[in-house]
Amino acid sequence: MAWHDQRQPLSFPPPRVTIPAFMSNVLPDIEAGEGGLPGDETALLASLRAGDAAAFERLVRDYGGRMLAVTRRFLANDEDAQDAVQEAFLSAFKALDRFEGQSRLGTWLHRIAVNAALMKLRTRKSRPQEQSADELLPQFHADGHQAHPTSGWRDEGLAALERRETRDLVRRSIENLPENYRIVLLLRDIEGKDTEETAELLGMTPNAVKTRLHRARMALRELLDPHLRGASL
Amino acid sequence: MITCRELIDFLMAYCDGELPPDQRATFEKHLSLCPPCVAYLKTYQQAVCLGKAVCAEEEKEPQPVPEELVKAILAARGKK
Repeated sequence: MAWHDQRQPLSFPPPRVTIPAFMSNVLPDIEAGEGGLPGDETALLASLRAGDAAAFERLVRDYGGRMLAVTRRFLANDEDAQDAVQEAFLSAFKALDRFEGQSRLGTWLHRIAVNAALMKLRTRKSRPQEQSADELLPQFHADGHQAHPTSGWRDEGLAALERRETRDLVRRSIENLPENYRIVLLLRDIEGKDTEETAELLGMTPNAVKTRLHRARMALRELLDPHLRGASL
Repeated sequence: MITCRELIDFLMAYCDGELPPDQRATFEKHLSLCPPCVAYLKTYQQAVCLGKAVCAEEEKEPQPVPEELVKAILAARGKK
């Protein structure tokens, strides 16, 4: 049971503690778990802390693919994504003693991978020739009507994802979002971070995060629309 | 009545339930009369769902780590 579940119930919600982004890799893991790590992760963790080389290799092979998927989304560049995964693992190796097992190992590594990707973004120059954001936002006539009236998409819902081309389309569309839109969309909609946390990570105001998220969603819709409207894929 | 532009500008607030009742009613009045905006709302929500689903699936069935990356990580660990 997490430490905070053992307290007496409060009559009002406790104040929210904002953790600076740079500390999120090194703070003890305090997420509520399900009574600790599963047995295989406990054994792996023990081997890692004992310095077992085979355990480190297993960690990289077992979790590296997922971490690479995460960093690729943020960085949209294989070389940078791999660099970020390498940095993430090196951070994780250093922080093993501080990992308290309140969340799954994969969850912890995922968080480290996101932070490594954000750090990589801060240190690299902006991508050249990114698509103008204005082209990806809806256009309107002077009277406020949609300039290109929207029609619905094929009503397959998530069944469309059974086709590889749909999955590739969505993946490419996220990758092709202008970087500042893509990062906010990934943090809010994919990583599930709330507005305040996203604002702190990116050095923005909460209102700016909300505005940019809405534009990112509209831009993603715009990139998907020509392919999903009407005709079959 | 609000315009399509005004509706789309505040679409996220509407979807998140952040509009006060009177503004929500104005939104829904427009939606009842504007099929393109209904389609926009639906495809906006579908875009978000598709993004989440694809990313979740990528993590459930990730591609293997390139061998060179595995070696580079383990070599870097060995140097620390």
